[in-house]
Amino acid sequence: MTLSAANEARAAEIIGWFPRPRSALIPLLHLAQEQDGYLTADAMRRVGELVGATPAEVKGTAGFYEMFRFEPVGTYLVNVCTNISCLLWGGEELLEHAASSLGVEVGGTTEDGKITVEEVECIAACTEAPCLQVNYRYRGRVSTDDFDRLVDDLRADRLDIPHHGALSTVRQAIPAERMAGVVPPEQAREEPVWLQSGKAAG
Amino acid sequence: MMQARTADGYIAHAPGYVLNDGPKLITRRFVHEDSFTLARYEATGGYEGLRAALEMAPGAVHDEVRAATLLGRGGAGFPAGVKWGFLPPGKHPYYLVVNGDESEPGTYKDRLLMERDPHQLIEGCLIACYALGLQQCFLYVRGEMALAQERIAAALNDAYAAGYVGRGICGSDFSVDIVMAWGAGAYIVGEETALIESLEGRRGMPRLKPPYFPAAVGLYGQPTIVNNVETLSNLPPIMVHGAEAYRKHGSETSPGTRMFAVSGHLRRPGVYEVEHGVTTFRELIYGDNFCQGIRDGRELKMFIPGGGSAPWFFAEHLDLPLEARPVGAAGSMLGSGAIVIMDDTTDAVKAAWRVVKFFARESCGKCTPCREGTTWLEQILRRILDGDGRPSDIDLLLDIGDNISPGPYPVAAHDGLEAVPFPPRQTTICPLGPSAVAPVVSTIRRFRHEYEAKITRRDPIPLAVAAAGAPA
Repeated sequence: MTLSAANEARAAEIIGWFPRPRSALIPLLHLAQEQDGYLTADAMRRVGELVGATPAEVKGTAGFYEMFRFEPVGTYLVNVCTNISCLLWGGEELLEHAASSLGVEVGGTTEDGKITVEEVECIAACTEAPCLQVNYRYRGRVSTDDFDRLVDDLRADRLDIPHHGALSTVRQAIPAERMAGVVPPEQAREEPVWLQSGKAAG
Repeated sequence: MMQARTADGYIAHAPGYVLNDGPKLITRRFVHEDSFTLARYEATGGYEGLRAALEMAPGAVHDEVRAATLLGRGGAGFPAGVKWGFLPPGKHPYYLVVNGDESEPGTYKDRLLMERDPHQLIEGCLIACYALGLQQCFLYVRGEMALAQERIAAALNDAYAAGYVGRGICGSDFSVDIVMAWGAGAYIVGEETALIESLEGRRGMPRLKPPYFPAAVGLYGQPTIVNNVETLSNLPPIMVHGAEAYRKHGSETSPGTRMFAVSGHLRRPGVYEVEHGVTTFRELIYGDNFCQGIRDGRELKMFIPGGGSAPWFFAEHLDLPLEARPVGAAGSMLGSGAIVIMDDTTDAVKAAWRVVKFFARESCGKCTPCREGTTWLEQILRRILDGDGRPSDIDLLLDIGDNISPGPYPVAAHDGLEAVPFPPRQTTICPLGPSAVAPVVSTIRRFRHEYEAKITRRDPIPLAVAAAGAPA
């Protein structure tokens, strides 16, 4: 499907925050992924129309970034870190346990569509090794027992975790009357007024 | 609301952060469970740095930052006040891009600053925009950091409503919009020109140099300041207390404090705010006030002093201060404030392979020596670990490294061989490729016998490099 009416409005708002529409491409792709769980061809085409990019440019950009998906993934995306700090505290063993206990290859999804297991690079929780993220929410110092308990909770939907496409649950909103004003660079050649006056509060 | 630290120094609501003794300039609010709210921020001196700046002429604010010798905290350690000075006069508009794409292996301080004190970062952005006449600020947060995005979005909404951001800030004629932008999973976007490409809605590939600094040509071809989260978070305390007071912390050449994430085989791994340039690696790793030594009473084998891109150090480097210049002269870099400790149970080849694998995966593919070289380095290390190594492989690894980074590669002194100072030369646009050479050269110079033993014995190496289990 393409963007919902609410997301169309949201997209227009986001585009208005950038001097050039194309800068909204990645935020809008996140919006599309939040809506559908992955990037559908229709949504990418629509996002391209909105920011002035061809479908090929949209897909070419999206394909560069690992978080964007072109196919559905499990309800819970479990990303296990095996980079150096986690390696030193058993990150590889945790990943192997995750895959074997769930009966999937790394990168695969359980048959019930519930859990996808992936290997990730450093997620910035290195002193909490070995660490993982569930839909980009952190878990630190995870033992194999902790992992099994986590899986039980996920299977029973006992944890309040937004889906992987929903990153920030708070949306930035700029009230029109508070906005300084965003214009393309060619319309902002003047020196800012506070530099001209030299002293703002004076 | 103030939550006492636990007996071991950790704080329950800020996992990983250790509140140790010593001056706290940028993490002082972390003890408060609600440190990220506007109410707590205002109750603890928040936005006073902005008000102080607005009382001064913009140029005077720049002078104050220059006088503080605030060194960039992203990795290169370049003085922020000097970088700001590269803006070409009169080529408006200028932009501010905040680099919150923290992804260097071992590094996490920007994430804590964004999650725990987003208003401090926003205030830092405002001070920079005021001082330099920057017309819009883009706060780029790493895609995987959902909580940081949430805290920043909420803080921006509150700051707009309270009149700190947007039109007519604090009743003055200073107006600037701050917009949060997202990453989507790409290490290389931490490189400042790749970050700008990403912000322009394209693949995050570094731009050809020169120009070397986006201050000349940046976002939309306009002069652009790209500053790290921790760098900007230092501006409010500098404006509140003044450059002179700020310089009382740390050393003459590296004033202030710095955040270090110290991970690996430690008794108390953690993120610490440390006086810059005076604390030594030994104090940080072994001191009771810091990491309290290696786990289980084991011996240090090696450590990474400045993130995944840094050449590796050993026991004889422990007395170096946490300061860029001496670390660089000894053959490595202080980088992004990430120190990874490896004890004597660690397999040097396995550890080197893991870091190389990271760079192979994250190479953007633009420059051939990096795209091909990192891939081959990873595959050759993998076959050595699998027991399929060839006697010529050690020379082959060094030869591939020489194609990415020609000439003597930065490395620590060892066995009569002198140190080669940082930085490496490169046949690539950005430092990612040369970074992949660091673990290879570091471990071959020091632990060549481990490589040779694996190649001769052809023993496959078990998956585990260390005992499983988490720090107590």
